[in-house]
Amino acid sequence: MKAGGALSIWFFTGISLAVNGFIILAAGLYELANPPKHQVILGNLHANIWWGALLFVLGLFFSIRYSPARERARLAASSK
Amino acid sequence: MNLALLLSSNTLVHLSAVDLVIIVFYFILVLGIGLYLKEQANTGEDFFMAGREMTAWVAGLAFLSANLGSLELMGWAGNSYKYGILAAHWYWIGAIPAMLFLALVMMPFYHICKTHSVPGYLKLRFGPGAQTISSISFAFMTVLMSGINMYAMAVVMKVVLGWDLNFSILISSITVAIYVALGGLRSAIFNEVLQFFLIWAGALLIPIMGLIEAGGWTGLKAKIFQNLTELNAPNPGGYTHAWATLGHFSDNPMGINWVGIVFGLGAVISMGYWTTDFLVVQRVLSAKDLRSAKLAPIIGAAFKMMVPFIVILPGLLGLALLRDPQGNLLRLVPADLAWSPAGQAQGLHGYDEVLPLMLARYCGPGLLGLGITALVAGFMSGMAGNVSAFTTVWTYDIYGALINKNASDESKVRMGRWVTVIGVIISIGTAYLVMNAQSIMDYVQELFSFFIAPLFGTVILGMLWKRATPAGGWAGLLAGTLSSVGMYTWVKLDHNAIRYVALSMDAQDQAQNMFRALWCCSICVIVTVVVSLITKPKPDSELKDLVYGLTPLPPEEHVSMFHSPLFWGAVVAVAFVALQIIFW
Repeated sequence: MKAGGALSIWFFTGISLAVNGFIILAAGLYELANPPKHQVILGNLHANIWWGALLFVLGLFFSIRYSPARERARLAASSK
Repeated sequence: MNLALLLSSNTLVHLSAVDLVIIVFYFILVLGIGLYLKEQANTGEDFFMAGREMTAWVAGLAFLSANLGSLELMGWAGNSYKYGILAAHWYWIGAIPAMLFLALVMMPFYHICKTHSVPGYLKLRFGPGAQTISSISFAFMTVLMSGINMYAMAVVMKVVLGWDLNFSILISSITVAIYVALGGLRSAIFNEVLQFFLIWAGALLIPIMGLIEAGGWTGLKAKIFQNLTELNAPNPGGYTHAWATLGHFSDNPMGINWVGIVFGLGAVISMGYWTTDFLVVQRVLSAKDLRSAKLAPIIGAAFKMMVPFIVILPGLLGLALLRDPQGNLLRLVPADLAWSPAGQAQGLHGYDEVLPLMLARYCGPGLLGLGITALVAGFMSGMAGNVSAFTTVWTYDIYGALINKNASDESKVRMGRWVTVIGVIISIGTAYLVMNAQSIMDYVQELFSFFIAPLFGTVILGMLWKRATPAGGWAGLLAGTLSSVGMYTWVKLDHNAIRYVALSMDAQDQAQNMFRALWCCSICVIVTVVVSLITKPKPDSELKDLVYGLTPLPPEEHVSMFHSPLFWGAVVAVAFVALQIIFW
């Protein structure tokens, strides 16, 4: 989307998903190495690891695809 | 507020430091977005209409998210626990046909007349009388609803997390005031899109894990049947059928029949909400061109159809899987009982707590923080949606139309920023008012629905029937609203009146709302038609760009089939029908 100058909403969305995904993935890996006394139901599936990784990858994709540098290049090309 | 209080032990879920980091990051991000967008909100079009330059995707996701608040998520998850899959109708027949109707039939009129608001359209079509009724009732109820939502959020945060009421109210309202006052509608829309992704990221794991635990959809249905049979619930099989039990009022847990669902919900309440409630319509008005404005509600509809997966399914999973620490079936109860001191002492949980309960069941550190962030984001964007819609209607339809007709664009933007802050302050006041008189909350929420159904009757007649006159529109809107309030009061004073208003004594609250909406919209239409036929119509020249048949619609762009709103509308309609058959 255009509105918002060089920073698009998809960039902010990407940052949000990537940071949250990274934190969840890291927490999952820590839990894997140090299993807690009380696990959540289906804790053996380690949802925080694969769900965190998925969000992180998705967030990275959005952040790079709609990075400020690319947006500026796109704006410059469309104004020519 | 110290950390020990935030991490209070006597709560539904317990947050770890990782969870708090995720929540704090969300607040920093939304404030950063508000600050960044301040520079792009200098004119009235920028501040109130987001520059009318949103793409179909952004407008569509914001259109959906403005309605996807946390009260909605938690409330409908609770309703699905209470009523079964019938609750999904509010996402399917109670949304999809109306969204497609808005996209393909009504959007051209809203877009071509370049109105800033729905009351603004009423002024152009019916004159200042209808605009005044609509704008004052909308502004009053919107800011009141914002406060009620704020209070409800604070109560939920207290029950779920143990957070102090004042802390939740102040932090959320100050954040919303800052980012909306700085960036206007654009800022609200940015945060709604962000919230959309956070909600899916935070909530989608619950149905995935739940279905794994329950043994898929078949296992889930079997468990629900077994549990409800054990509890001697009537019609245990009815909880997993969307249509099969709607033949008679007493055959389903909601006490409703197909007439109430199809006509009351599908044809009136849903049409009224999705096509005339300015809170959601404002998002689509921000679209950059007509094709985007038509595509936006279709995109919203496509995702709306999938929302039951993260809202209705967790409620059904709760019905199938939740057990107390002793291994007995956990029975959730109405909120007023659960949240009373006696209920708290017994460890009871309300229907609306089913979503946080399921969240706590499957989500460890990090995931829990994301889920709670999704709920907080939903609350705040709901509040921001109310405040930004209130600001626009106040500035254009009350201040600009009644107080200062010659206000410059610059002064409107200045007014908009101040009214945002004032709107939030009134909302805080309302939240504390509700805190001291909780019963008014239920009444006000029902009152809000009174305005929507007759408004739809007025707008749709105005758009499709050129003979509708200003006097007809005004009288119809007033008669419809008063009749709705009258029926509500009648039932409150005499419970037996339900048999006349909702056609059956089995009708539960939701069923009563459906039938009341159906009657008051019908009254609005009849009065509008009768009064219009005996009063002088406007000349055709004054109705250009406002009424079907007198509005030259721009020719459809020559785009490929995959860019055509009609094509995607048809795809969504087919998927909608398929879902009804699958879950019949």
